[in-house]
Amino acid sequence: MNNLTNDKAGATATAWTGILLRRCMQIVALGLLVGTVCFFMARFLPGDMATRIAAGRYGYDLVNNAAADAVRAELGLDRPTWLALLQWWGQIARFDLGTSLVTGNAVWREVAHQLGATVDLAVASMLIAVTAGLPLGIWSGLHPGGWIDRLTLASAVLLRAIPSFLLAVLLMVLVAVQLGALPVAGDDHAGSLLLPALTLGLGLAAGLARVTRAAMREAAASPSFEFARTKGLSDRQALVRHGLRQAATPVVAYLGVQAVFLVEGAVVVETLFAWPGIGHALVHAVFGRDVPMIQGTALCMGGVFVTFNLLVDAACLALDPRRRTGSTA
Amino acid sequence: MNANLMGIPALARHASRRVAVRRRAGFAILALVAVFALAGPFAIGIDPARQTLADTLMPPGAAHWLGTDLFGRSVLARLAHAARLSLGLACVAALSAAVPGVLLGVLANWRGGRVERALVMLADAVLSVPGLLLVLLFAALAPGRYWALYIGLSLSLWVEYFRVARVASRPVLAGDAVQASRLLGFGAAYILRRHLVPALAPVLGTLLAFSTAQAVLALAALGFIGVGLQSPTPELGLMMIEFLPHYEEAPWLIAAPVSLLMLLVLGMMLLVAEEDAP
Repeated sequence: MNNLTNDKAGATATAWTGILLRRCMQIVALGLLVGTVCFFMARFLPGDMATRIAAGRYGYDLVNNAAADAVRAELGLDRPTWLALLQWWGQIARFDLGTSLVTGNAVWREVAHQLGATVDLAVASMLIAVTAGLPLGIWSGLHPGGWIDRLTLASAVLLRAIPSFLLAVLLMVLVAVQLGALPVAGDDHAGSLLLPALTLGLGLAAGLARVTRAAMREAAASPSFEFARTKGLSDRQALVRHGLRQAATPVVAYLGVQAVFLVEGAVVVETLFAWPGIGHALVHAVFGRDVPMIQGTALCMGGVFVTFNLLVDAACLALDPRRRTGSTA
Repeated sequence: MNANLMGIPALARHASRRVAVRRRAGFAILALVAVFALAGPFAIGIDPARQTLADTLMPPGAAHWLGTDLFGRSVLARLAHAARLSLGLACVAALSAAVPGVLLGVLANWRGGRVERALVMLADAVLSVPGLLLVLLFAALAPGRYWALYIGLSLSLWVEYFRVARVASRPVLAGDAVQASRLLGFGAAYILRRHLVPALAPVLGTLLAFSTAQAVLALAALGFIGVGLQSPTPELGLMMIEFLPHYEEAPWLIAAPVSLLMLLVLGMMLLVAEEDAP
C-alpha cells in the first residue's frame, strides 16, 4: 500500500498488479474453500466409497469385498483424511473436476453448457437494469425533487423491499398465469428469458437508479461542473464532457457490489424459473447429492463472481486517474 | 440488545432529524418482529404441528387468527414458531460472527503490517464466495440441520464486521485519547473497553440488526427453493412454498409469511437509511 514511487507509470503498474494479485489470491482461496467443503460432503455420503467406485467400474453384480479392497488400496482410500484432502486439492488445481454422479458426463462439459444460459440471463438482466436505471438515475440527479425523481424513489424502495424470490413468484402469477403473456418457467419459448431477466433486472435497476442519482447530484454540484457551465458550455456539453465520467466511478463501483446480488439472485431465480443455468444445476446437484457437480458449479459461480469483480476494478482504475497514481488508498 | 437501543440516537447525532426518525421507525419495526418471535409461541400456546384434518384451509377466525393450512394447522402458531426459529438462528449467527469479526478488525489495526495484510487476505478469501452460495454449500453438507446453516451464515457474515471494525477503529486508535492512555500505561483491555467499545457500539448495533435481517432473508430464500430447512419444520420460506398453490382460494395464507418478511426488510432498510440529498 505504501506507494513511494513518484513515477506515474510505475504507480499505474503497481495498482494493476495489486488488483490482479488480490483477485488471483481470491481464485486460489475459492478453490480451497469450495474444495474442502465438497471433500467433506463426499466423505459424509452414506455407504463405503471403495465399494461405490468398484461398483461403478465392474458393475454391482461383480463387486465383493476383495474388489472393494483392491480399489481401496489402488486409490489410497484408506489413507488418512489430510492426505486424501491434499489429493482432492491437487485434482482441483489440475482442473480435474471429475464426472457427475447422476449423468456420468464430465463436470466441466456440463458446467460449460450451463454457463452459457447463466451468462444469457446475467447479460439480459444487466441490460434491463442499465436501460431502466441509468437514464432515470441521471434525470433524477439533474432534476431532484421532480415527479420522475419521486416516482423513481418510490418504486426503487418498493422493489428493494421485495426479496427476489418473491418478485419472481409475483411476476409469474401476474404476467404468466393471470395474463398468460409469457411462459411461466423453462427454456422452450423465445420469451422465456424475459421473466427471470426482469426479476433480476428490476432489483438491479432500483439500486442502480438510486446510486446514479446520488453520483449525478454530486457531480453536478462539483466545482468542475460549475466551471464548465461558467466557461460557456451548454447543459448537455457540460454533462457529457464533465459530468458523466465523474458520476460513472461510484456507479461502476456499485456494480461490483451488485455482483453478489446477481450471483445469489441467479441461484434463486434460475431455480424458480427452471432456467437451465449454473444456479439451477447447483441446486439440483444439492438435491441429488451429486458432489462433483456441486463442486464444479460452485467453483464456476465463484469464478464468474471474482472475474466480474476484476472487471469492475479495472473499469474503476480506467475511469479514475486518482487510483492509478496512488494518491488515494 | 440494550447497547443497540442506546447506540442508534448516538449514531443519528450526525444525521438529520428525518433520517433519525426513519432509523427509529426501522428499529421499532425490527423490535416488534423480535417481540412476536420471542413471545408469540408462548402467548398463542397452540402446537404448530397439531393437525386437525376436519378444519383445513379455514379463513381467519376467532380460533385461528390467520386461518389454518392444508393440514388444519394454525398458521399463526406456525408463523410465530417460524419467526422464532429464523430470528433465533439468525441472531446467534450474527452474534457469533460479530465477536471474532470485530476483534480481528481491531487486531488488524492494532498490529498493522504483516498481521493486517494476512487478515485482509483472509477476509478477501471468504469474499471470493458470495454469501448465499456459502450458506448453500454448508446446507448441502448436512441437509436440514441447524448447525450447517449456522456455520454457513456466521462464516459469510463475519467479514462485514471485520471490515467495518477495521475502518471505524482506525481513527480511534490513531487518536490523541488512545495515545494518552497508552502513555499513562493502560493496557490493551482498558483501551478496548474505554475507547474502542464506546466508539464502535453505535455502528455495530446497526450492523447487527442489519445482518440478522439479512440472515433471515437468506434462510427464507433457501427454504423457498427447498435446500434449507426441511418440512414439517415451521420456517418462513417453507411456509411460503407450501401456501403458494393455494394463493387463489386462500390468499390470506401466503400473505402471512410474506408480510412478516416484508416487515423485516422494511425495518432493515429504514435502519440503514442514508442521508438523501434534498
